[in-house]
Amino acid sequence: MKTRELTCIVCPRGCDLIAELDDNGTPIRVTGNLCPRGKTYAENECTNPQRVVTTTVRCEDGCVVSCKTNTTIPKSLVLEAMKVINSTVAPAELAIGDVIIENILGTGADVVATGRKSI
Amino acid sequence: MKNVVIIGAGVIGGAVARELSKYELEICILEKESDVAMGATRANSAIVHAGFDAKEGTLKAKMNVRGSEMMEDYAAELGVKYKRNGSLVVGFSDEDKATLEELRVRGEKNGVPGLRVLDREQILELEPNIGEGVTCALHAPTGAIICPYELCMAEIGNAMDNGAALKLNFEVKSIEKCDGGYKISSDKESVYADYVINCAGVYSDVVAAMAGNGGFEVIPRRGEYMLLDKECGSLVSHTIFRCPSKMGKGILVSPTVDGNLLLGPTAENIEDKTDKSTTAAGLAKVRMQAGEQVKGINFGKIITSFTGLRSVGSTGDFIITEKDGFVNCAGIESPGLSSAPAIGEYVRDLLSGAGLELVKKESFDGSRRPMHYFKECTDEEKNAIIARDPSYAHIICRCEMTSEGEIVEAIRTNPGATDLDGVKRRTRSGMGRCQGGFCSPYVVEILARELGCDYTEITKFGGESYINIGKTKEVR
Amino acid sequence: MMNSKTVNEFNCELVIIGGGPAGMAAAVAAYEDGLRDILILERDDNLGGILRQCIHNGFGLHRFGEELTGPEYAYRYEKMVREYGIPFMTDTMVTSVSSDRVVTAQNCERGIFKVRAGAIILAMGCRERPKGALNIAGHRPAGIYTAGTAQKFVNMKGYMPGKEVVILGSGDIGLIMARRMTLEGANVKAVCELMPYSGGLARNIEQCLKDYGIPLMLSHTVVEIHGKDRLTGVTIAKVDENRRPIPETFEYIACDTLLLSCGLIPENELTKAAGIALDRITNGAVVNGNRETAAEGIFACGNVLHVHDLVDYVSEEAAIAGHAAVRFIRGEVDKSLSLSLETDGKVRYTVPQRITELADTKIYFRVADVYRDMKVTVKAGDKVLYQKKKQKLAPGEMETVLLTEDMLREAAALSDKLEISLV
Repeated sequence: MKTRELTCIVCPRGCDLIAELDDNGTPIRVTGNLCPRGKTYAENECTNPQRVVTTTVRCEDGCVVSCKTNTTIPKSLVLEAMKVINSTVAPAELAIGDVIIENILGTGADVVATGRKSI
Repeated sequence: MKNVVIIGAGVIGGAVARELSKYELEICILEKESDVAMGATRANSAIVHAGFDAKEGTLKAKMNVRGSEMMEDYAAELGVKYKRNGSLVVGFSDEDKATLEELRVRGEKNGVPGLRVLDREQILELEPNIGEGVTCALHAPTGAIICPYELCMAEIGNAMDNGAALKLNFEVKSIEKCDGGYKISSDKESVYADYVINCAGVYSDVVAAMAGNGGFEVIPRRGEYMLLDKECGSLVSHTIFRCPSKMGKGILVSPTVDGNLLLGPTAENIEDKTDKSTTAAGLAKVRMQAGEQVKGINFGKIITSFTGLRSVGSTGDFIITEKDGFVNCAGIESPGLSSAPAIGEYVRDLLSGAGLELVKKESFDGSRRPMHYFKECTDEEKNAIIARDPSYAHIICRCEMTSEGEIVEAIRTNPGATDLDGVKRRTRSGMGRCQGGFCSPYVVEILARELGCDYTEITKFGGESYINIGKTKEVR
Repeated sequence: MMNSKTVNEFNCELVIIGGGPAGMAAAVAAYEDGLRDILILERDDNLGGILRQCIHNGFGLHRFGEELTGPEYAYRYEKMVREYGIPFMTDTMVTSVSSDRVVTAQNCERGIFKVRAGAIILAMGCRERPKGALNIAGHRPAGIYTAGTAQKFVNMKGYMPGKEVVILGSGDIGLIMARRMTLEGANVKAVCELMPYSGGLARNIEQCLKDYGIPLMLSHTVVEIHGKDRLTGVTIAKVDENRRPIPETFEYIACDTLLLSCGLIPENELTKAAGIALDRITNGAVVNGNRETAAEGIFACGNVLHVHDLVDYVSEEAAIAGHAAVRFIRGEVDKSLSLSLETDGKVRYTVPQRITELADTKIYFRVADVYRDMKVTVKAGDKVLYQKKKQKLAPGEMETVLLTEDMLREAAALSDKLEISLV
């Protein structure tokens, strides 16, 4: 039986997880997790790893404002998503939660503002 | 009016400029760096030596004793902090004691007042934290401490206030004789001078040779230092030198006028005049020797370590000579800082002897406001200033409590700061415990605003020392 | 408007120094207890503190049950402060605090002014240790920053400090910045950690380094800095068990940027100047369960008290201080108990260090090394009051123990000391 060792990133506890995999690499058993979210994380991580992207976006007036994907996107698309965000110019007036990019790369996640402008 | 060009904006160039600015002359100071005081002036022991070190009869001895005598009033007029804390040269053996006696005799010949050789008991009365192995010391009550770059900035600032010009980023590449004077050129421009004073520090041999007035060599001697937090500044009150021995001159442990504790320097002749790196071995040596001289040094409180390059002339003495209106001030190693005001006068007399007519300038004002005057104000005085300019209440540097108003003033006051380190040396912003961690992004912003340039153009200390390489989203 | 040439003075029941997550949470707690005469003094241009530049997520799971970024977390509290109408001043620097509770501060509108406070809460946060660079030999070029300074440049100002990066120290900010710089197009070549373990959270090593293939070099340090104007490279080396560089392992890495993430220090200059005793390990004030310092009526909470790894705990601790400050102002604090907390070395420190009130008290602590399968034990004399098995304890992760009123009553009958240890 193949196993894979993982560090859970769901919460700061950072549980050491062990996922037992079948021949297709699909986890059939997860141990080491202190909560059910750890199990879900390990299952995703072995099949389709997901990440939230947090970064900044340039606004019309030249300032930067912080933003994030409002849900996870496939890990493999993170750098691609950065390219899209970096080539976007957001309006100068942004409130926390405002959608800056809808459905980025067709992932279903929106890029939303998380901060306001620093003067 | 006669043109005088001074090459090098260190403490010697500054002293010469300040002295000459008392007369009706067109003065221009050329400096290859982006700020004044960037060579040996920036990194040395910050000591005004009493004058027992130099061999009697030498120019070094003469300049040192005269400079030391002048320094207190000179500093006061220029608004520069100066403290006559006295010095102790400490010895560890009978052999050292004999050397100290020799130094005392030499010092007396040089005209140094109040020299005494002390035994351990007497030393302990002055310095309870003296090292366990110290058995004897030479006490020189006239030894003093001063901030060398503050002195240099004040000299040059005052010369500028009295009409002198300063050209930064002007690296002298050639000097040609023409029309009874000199044409001095960088890669980009040229200036003309009737008289030239070469105060180019470690490069003074190179500059002298350009004018055909060389024949000597200046060797850079590396000196490594450590600076400790103000918490340690009161460990000793005197400057504690080590007795010179066959092993060399040894290092010193000294409070600074700003209240820090300074340890160093090592002494190592090197070839590269640009090599201001510290070495693991050098820093270890400073630690070891300092610990022998003074006990209880908390090395956990080191704020920074740095290297200074002293200009050691091949003749063994200061080289201050004039030929065809070209004056060399070369090989000004220790006690150069102590000698600076005396060298200013000496060069003035050399020029006069060479035929330069010196007419007193009616409008000359030799005084300058202290660089840190705002910090010394009472709360009421500060509020009066803040009422006129509220930016003096806006704190930028949390550790040293430096306000935006003080930073703007440092950029606008002669000689104005043009980079992050320039602001730091003038205002102490970034010099504290966090070493600029919090304030540097703000100081960069103020510099860009005041100098009318882009955020990314701001450097740490000129040249290619950029703080940021571009905007986010655009770096590829 | 300020009256020139004088120093204005006024009274305020509760002055809170710092408008970051600790200061705001303390203010909210005090307000919710009915106190209205509150003043928050914040040195930056807005409330929020260092969270404003921590644009990554991972905040708020405990406190709000959802994962927020730093600015979002800060904004939750800022909104409460604004909605409650709690008074605050920004761009206001406190320059001194006296043990008899006079706060001296300054800002552009009022100049230098003094506030006589009924109670004070210290919530100034922490700063990065710049020490990492100090004893490194070599040149002093541009391009060396603490991770937090780089974070400010990148996230707040929108500028890139450099492109080819080495990071010294594996604190969380260093790990976060490794990912951040990578996302902005930089090449992070290595993270060197002097210790044989990382001081950062395991999840950050996973998602900030491993995700991007950035090597974490444990037991490594930077021994030389190269470059006269701008950094051109560093020499790194493996260190032996005494943390001394091993010469045969010297390796040159070309880079234009060195980020330092060598730990955080509570910013206690005001505390020290007020003559308040500090704990030598936490570098924060010694406090009782109410987070009251040795100076009566002066409380401390958040990173100025001890460095937290989670802002959620900062808020929790700040609320304790906020509630207690209100009780102090109202004369309701009981100090009948006198228990000091002692540690065994494996447990490095506890906060609080003293318990003076008979009430449920949560003890926060950190351990000195990585330990597995140990029992956290609290004893009074020989009597074990509390014991719990832990799979793994690490220096980077803060632990807690709740001591109930009953346990404290029992302890006080036995001893004036509580010992907290790992067995």
